[in-house]
Amino acid sequence: MRIGVGLPSGIPGASSHIILDWANRADEGPFSSVGVVDRLVYDSFEPLTTLAAVAAVTRRVKLATTIVIGPLHNNALLAKVAATVDALSQGRLVLGLAVGARQEDYEAAGIEYSSRGRRLTEQLVALRSQWEDGAIGPKMARTRGPDLLIGGLSDQGYARMARYADGYVHGGGPPRAFARGADKARAAWIDAGRPARPQIWAQAYFALGDGAEIEAGHRYMRDYYSFAGPLAQRIASWLLTTPQEIAQFIRGYEEAGCDELLLFPTLPAMAQLERLAEALVGLGRSAP
Amino acid sequence: MKIVILGGGPAGLYSGLLIKKANPSHDITIIERNAAGVTYGWGVVFSDRTLASFQRADYKSYEQITNQFVIWDAIDVHYRGETMRCGGHVISGIARKTLLNILQGRCREMGITLCFGQEINDLAQLDDYDLLIAADGINSVARKSYDKHFKPTIEYGKARYIWLGANKVLDAFTFIFCENEHGLFQVHAYPFNGTASTFLVECDEASWLNAGLDKADEVESLAYCQSLLAEHLGGAKLLSNNSKWISFPTLKTKNWQHHNMVLLGDAAHTAHFSIGSGTKLAMEDAIALAGALEQHADLESALNAYELERKPVVEVFQCAASESQAYFETLKRYLGLEPMQFTFQLLTRSGRITYDDLRFRDVRFGEAVDRWHAQKACVVAHTVKQGRVQHGQSTTRVLHPIFAPAPMFSSLMLRSLLIPNRLVLAPDAAMNQAQHGLPGDGHLEQFNSLARRAPGLILAGPVAITDSGRISPGCSGLYNQQHFAWWTHLVEQLHSYQDTNQQTKVAIELNHAGRRGSTRWRVEGLDRPLAEGNWPLIAASPIAYTPFSQVPREMEHADLERVRDDFARAARLARDVGFDLLQLNMAHGYLLASFLSPLTNQRSDVYGGDLEQRMRYPLEVFDAVRAAWPADKPVAAALNATDCVKGGFTIDDAVIVAKALKEHGCDIIAVQAGQTTHDGEPAYGRGFLTAYSDRIRNEADIPTMVGGYLTTSDAVNTVIAAGRADLCIIDSPDL
Repeated sequence: MRIGVGLPSGIPGASSHIILDWANRADEGPFSSVGVVDRLVYDSFEPLTTLAAVAAVTRRVKLATTIVIGPLHNNALLAKVAATVDALSQGRLVLGLAVGARQEDYEAAGIEYSSRGRRLTEQLVALRSQWEDGAIGPKMARTRGPDLLIGGLSDQGYARMARYADGYVHGGGPPRAFARGADKARAAWIDAGRPARPQIWAQAYFALGDGAEIEAGHRYMRDYYSFAGPLAQRIASWLLTTPQEIAQFIRGYEEAGCDELLLFPTLPAMAQLERLAEALVGLGRSAP
Repeated sequence: MKIVILGGGPAGLYSGLLIKKANPSHDITIIERNAAGVTYGWGVVFSDRTLASFQRADYKSYEQITNQFVIWDAIDVHYRGETMRCGGHVISGIARKTLLNILQGRCREMGITLCFGQEINDLAQLDDYDLLIAADGINSVARKSYDKHFKPTIEYGKARYIWLGANKVLDAFTFIFCENEHGLFQVHAYPFNGTASTFLVECDEASWLNAGLDKADEVESLAYCQSLLAEHLGGAKLLSNNSKWISFPTLKTKNWQHHNMVLLGDAAHTAHFSIGSGTKLAMEDAIALAGALEQHADLESALNAYELERKPVVEVFQCAASESQAYFETLKRYLGLEPMQFTFQLLTRSGRITYDDLRFRDVRFGEAVDRWHAQKACVVAHTVKQGRVQHGQSTTRVLHPIFAPAPMFSSLMLRSLLIPNRLVLAPDAAMNQAQHGLPGDGHLEQFNSLARRAPGLILAGPVAITDSGRISPGCSGLYNQQHFAWWTHLVEQLHSYQDTNQQTKVAIELNHAGRRGSTRWRVEGLDRPLAEGNWPLIAASPIAYTPFSQVPREMEHADLERVRDDFARAARLARDVGFDLLQLNMAHGYLLASFLSPLTNQRSDVYGGDLEQRMRYPLEVFDAVRAAWPADKPVAAALNATDCVKGGFTIDDAVIVAKALKEHGCDIIAVQAGQTTHDGEPAYGRGFLTAYSDRIRNEADIPTMVGGYLTTSDAVNTVIAAGRADLCIIDSPDL
């Protein structure tokens, strides 16, 4: 299992400097990728334009969106933007898409919330066709375009993933919950007669440091997931707060067959990245 | 806080007790509709895990409860004149009345006010309170007052049942299955106080009506059951306590809390009695609620925490309960199984207990299961059910081994073909890069690496019967001499692998892609038309598979004849190659499947219309293939159990088609689901096809092969031992 790190671009108050410094530092390892999340009605950076800037300050890491709320975008335009980020990064983009869970984002974008599943299915086919077609450019490193991952938990979501995408992004939770999601994804993939196995990505949040820093991490998660109502409390309780918790979490995900795990920060401070890197090196994960 | 608890059952009493214990300053009143001492129901059961949580929650009542317990570890199954026993389950029972007395005593000790005989029909009758705990059962007044907020749904079971008691001592949880002239009745019986037992009698609606029980009063019902169970009661008397025949109501509630009101136990959820968890869940709710109130300063967070903790747990139980309920409601299909397999099927019905669990709990039972398979399965497989078994296999020297290998290592006989074990491996067809149907060397190596894993059967396919019947340009075929030579070479190689002195067997699946043809390599996605070089498609009706797909041409009379002949020619080639088993694909929306589903067959000729007409062409093709294939070798058909789309082909249709196929000489059905259309998909997960296979196998009385992401030996052994399928396709990540 490879381990990537999330950028602080989804944390309110994060500066552009810290996002780019963070990406630049992550490129030195021991991380295999950097990830970004997507919210429209929130104090956060837009994921794909952020990755365009990140492409300029990194050489090695994959650039992953976990996820972009696909149905908010026009298909041709999204194909163009993603192709551009992929070209700027010499083929390092991994485009995760999902329907998202916040109705307010759809209202703000003027997109009918109830149409989201259908839109995503159409989008998957449209993106791939437009990339392969090549008419919209720019020329990308891979003729098929970037790898496409799908997030989501409905039966339809797994089927959609198996039909059109290259893999699955799990939304987070304890290893056992991940294992169930990964099993469904693999079952759908094999049933669809797709070759080998789907790529399986996952994400989690961490806050390393003293009590105040950990509390700040919890606060951010409760706020970020406040749309989920009472569930926000539970999601916040999954925050990884010690190297020990991170070690066990990694082991659990590895055993359940995760290919790449992205650890997202909950505080916009470089010290968080340094501590995470140190913890991973302690686990025997060294710089490339 | 001033707390009012509606309902003096286990949930209400236990929550009151635990909340008061944690914080004696709470002012708690429990209001019960019935008079003190009046109670319905007989015994309740708990597992050892539940007891451990009682011990932590309140030691004093735990001690009093366990003092009164009847504890046993066995489950007995009385079926067809035999008694099958399986131990190691650890279940405890207590009289409901005793349990309530203990909890009432503890509540009084703690200074909780208990008001009996007070009926609340309107929440306005209540004085002010800070928290209202609604533990007033399935007909909860509090829940009904705020229906819109709590969003409850109640679904009634199809079976009828009645709670009775009996002055009879039992030494095991006892299932009794009895058939009489009215139908089938099953009894769930368990001891609860050292001298008496609960006897819950259940039957389907038809049996209930045949027996005239819809018109029977309490005394008549009691008399009927007494005579029904006379042999099992051995002189003991059945007892009634205001007992009535009812249908089990399964209650699910979307929200469990509203302002300062919270639902507990049966007021929030019910789970079918056959997994014996109603009182257990109610009392665990009480523990969670008391814990949440203690941990959280404000009421809203406490009630949130309670709901968050309990809802997922309850949902898991409700899921297992609904599996179990469905099992009992459709029990008739298993009546052909022999006692050992019937018992194993019963014990593993909810999906929570597996072969390995049972072996761990009772190794003698586990070994008896293994022995049964080693002796019987090989013979029985030819027809699923006893009674029509062909004993041609048995010789004069029948072995009764002391120990036998696990069920998945038992052999399977289909016609004259002996498959050495139940494991089937299939190569990743999507990795194949054949040229005009001729597979490449990479594919050969793929087959060889599978053969080294010692499966009983290797399944090659789908293999196209013509160039235009391919799914994609990389698809294998069997329609010319080059193909013939390649497959002959392959089968010779694979036959050189052996498992326990038995040759690994090789099957070929013949297919015509129909409207799913002319698509790209599946690395690039599913059902995407080729960028260039598409060939014309044919299907039952001119309906495109996806919005981006080519519209196929409706097959005309000449097409029907040609394709049928193409299938027969491929079958003759497969015969000459030396394949051991031939599988005909009529699943997943390919050509033959497109005739079966009403969604894809809109023909107005004799091949369209009702199911009888829609299956006509697939059966004609089957007959042609069967005729071209050696009579002593088996033929399989891959069949969809369901389209997973409203208005599509259903499991009931599948059973009818499977029966027809059997009559036409089909030996085994490979069960599939979905993909008839691009938008209908099954609920994916481990073993997602097993339940479908179970139904087809046991209702159509034909062996089945099933995949659906089976990855462990435990999963395979459980499927085989329970008679849910006869062969399992393995998808292990270690492959």
